[in-house]
Amino acid sequence: MAPKKECIVFRVFKRTKELEAKIDEFLDTILQASLEFKQGIRYYLEENFEEFSKRAELVDKLEGKADTLRRDVENKLYAEMLLPEARGDVLALLENSDNVLNIIADTILGFQVERPKIPDFIDKYVFDLVSESTASVEEMVTTVRSYFKNITAVRDHITKIMFHEKESDRVGNRIRMDIFNSKDLDLAQKIHISTFIEKLLSIADYAEDVGDRISIYVIKRLD
Amino acid sequence: MVWFYLLSGIFLGWSLGTNDAANVFGTAVATKMVKFRTAAIIGSIFVIIGAVISGAGAAHTLGKLGAVNALSGSFTVALAAAVTVAAMTKMGLPVSTTQAIVGAIVGWDFFAGALIDTDALTKIVSTWVLNPIITAIFSYILYKGTMFLLKHVKIHLLDLDMYTRILLILIGAFGAYSLGANNIANVMGVFVTANPFKDLNLFYILHLSGTQVLFLIGGLAIALGIFTYSYKVMKTVGKSIFKLSPLSALIVVLAESLVLFMFASESLAKLLISLHLPPLPLVPISSSQAVVGGVIGIGIAKGGGRAINLSVLNKIALGWVFTPLSSGIISFFALFFMQNVFQQKVYTPVRYAITRSCENKLKTENLWDPQLNTVKDSVFNSARDFKYTLLLKLKINKKLTERIIHYAEVYPLKVDNKKVDKLDIGWFGKDRILALKKLESTIFLHKWQLVDTLSKISPSWRYKKGTSLARLYNRALKKRYEKLFIELKVPYDSIYETIKNEI
Repeated sequence: MAPKKECIVFRVFKRTKELEAKIDEFLDTILQASLEFKQGIRYYLEENFEEFSKRAELVDKLEGKADTLRRDVENKLYAEMLLPEARGDVLALLENSDNVLNIIADTILGFQVERPKIPDFIDKYVFDLVSESTASVEEMVTTVRSYFKNITAVRDHITKIMFHEKESDRVGNRIRMDIFNSKDLDLAQKIHISTFIEKLLSIADYAEDVGDRISIYVIKRLD
Repeated sequence: MVWFYLLSGIFLGWSLGTNDAANVFGTAVATKMVKFRTAAIIGSIFVIIGAVISGAGAAHTLGKLGAVNALSGSFTVALAAAVTVAAMTKMGLPVSTTQAIVGAIVGWDFFAGALIDTDALTKIVSTWVLNPIITAIFSYILYKGTMFLLKHVKIHLLDLDMYTRILLILIGAFGAYSLGANNIANVMGVFVTANPFKDLNLFYILHLSGTQVLFLIGGLAIALGIFTYSYKVMKTVGKSIFKLSPLSALIVVLAESLVLFMFASESLAKLLISLHLPPLPLVPISSSQAVVGGVIGIGIAKGGGRAINLSVLNKIALGWVFTPLSSGIISFFALFFMQNVFQQKVYTPVRYAITRSCENKLKTENLWDPQLNTVKDSVFNSARDFKYTLLLKLKINKKLTERIIHYAEVYPLKVDNKKVDKLDIGWFGKDRILALKKLESTIFLHKWQLVDTLSKISPSWRYKKGTSLARLYNRALKKRYEKLFIELKVPYDSIYETIKNEI
């Protein structure tokens, strides 16, 4: 049987809605990975390694899923010549958001492989740092959504990303001061922990970069 | 032979299609928002519809400027305009078909000794200046409104892209319709008076008047231009002259289409009249200049006065002067060659004479000047000769001269019931046709005589006085009279004896 022919307007409408759904799913994936990451690190700090491993695996899967979704969206944007003016910006936005997820996945993999020993006296601060970094990722996801759907709200969300990034810097510096001032840890352990703190800090940094880019794209769109 | 004469009009239509379609679909195609094939198909269909349905308004004003009344003349005038457009495009100078054709018609007026309707000319030239200004105002308001809406209505970027695409096609279709309606006058306007085509019934469903058949051919020529060559122009226009975002392009095209429509739509003019507002003149305008106006409007909305590029404005102003001047000169010399080298009749002389009936009419209208007795036995072969005699030799004032010229124009008409039977009874009305038939075999030397006689024998042929609704009725009646003049006209020589008796 010949395939049923659809009206062109309906086809365009359906195609647009499918693509919008894919972009939303991509952002949902980043958000979900960020939450799983936060939960995973909590289990790690509680030394519940079985649960931690489950979360780490989940983050890895989500990272793969996000990659597939991103490629699909990018291909469709190009193949169907959508958004001729904003296409470059949208592509950069998706790729940079995906980079944040890559760092999250890379960090949790690091925890799983290298098993850094986190001393009890910084447990709370490390979790604070993870909370701030993931909060900046959550805000980043909201900012990207706003770029697509509600451009006037972008500014507020960017302010929140910046706030969380600053907070994570503050907590990160505090942790590094504490560990390098500690007399109970040897230098190798100090440097090992510091590397992970830097990784956690870079999550918020990358999220902030995405926010900065969006603020420029918004000007371009409203011009 | 008819087709040969039409070739210059077709050439002009083709060049209009190649150039001006880009003003409607240029950015949409250049930014790949709309495929060229889609743009070309939609553009062609709507240009033709616009030309056939609404082309008459602007063509009428152009006809007033100079009723080119011989096919060779029309051919030469259109050719002069086409050559000017082609040459100036080649030289990289800004050019508009509208300005070229107006210049060429004025060239014909000079050559044929016809009177230049200064009212019509002023109307046309002032519209050229108004056109970019109005488009700029429209695009400014539309841009501000759209931006306000986008800031307050939450709309997904992809949805916005989808709506922009759909609107680019819809507004493009409207733009093409308006372009056809407004600019067909440039392409085929000069052939209207010398139109060789009869009314056409397509499958007994669609009835096209002779003028509409002419406009259909012009529309097809424009469509041919769109399909064969406009892609290249669209690429250039869309990318180099005005690099706009698809949304801004949409606004510019909408503003341009609205302005083209305003200066072409008889329905809008009627609406304005019925609302007791002054109607806009129906005049062919330049779509390229409208686009420039639109871009300037957006520029001002975005960044204030610095957006106005003075050199662009200078170029437009230069176009207003240089284009009609050069095409006028080319037209004049081309007509000279056509007449004297190729022995072609480039105009039918319109004669003027103070006949006995004209004398009586002038007396009843209190326009008689005793000095007119000196020219009573003369027949003047051009309006210009007659005008100069009245103005310079008889020292009659200008206003009176114009009215005398109106009554003295010899336009031989003979009521022939065979011809009357062929008239569209639905359009004319039964009463009017019956009244007309009562005048079988009557000969009239002047148009006003037929009008007077018909008004006397039937109220359906009478002009009404007063209200704006009456103005609408009178316009419609005037169109019927004009059709009648064309249908009942007989050659000057065939009623030579009658004229001799009258003088």
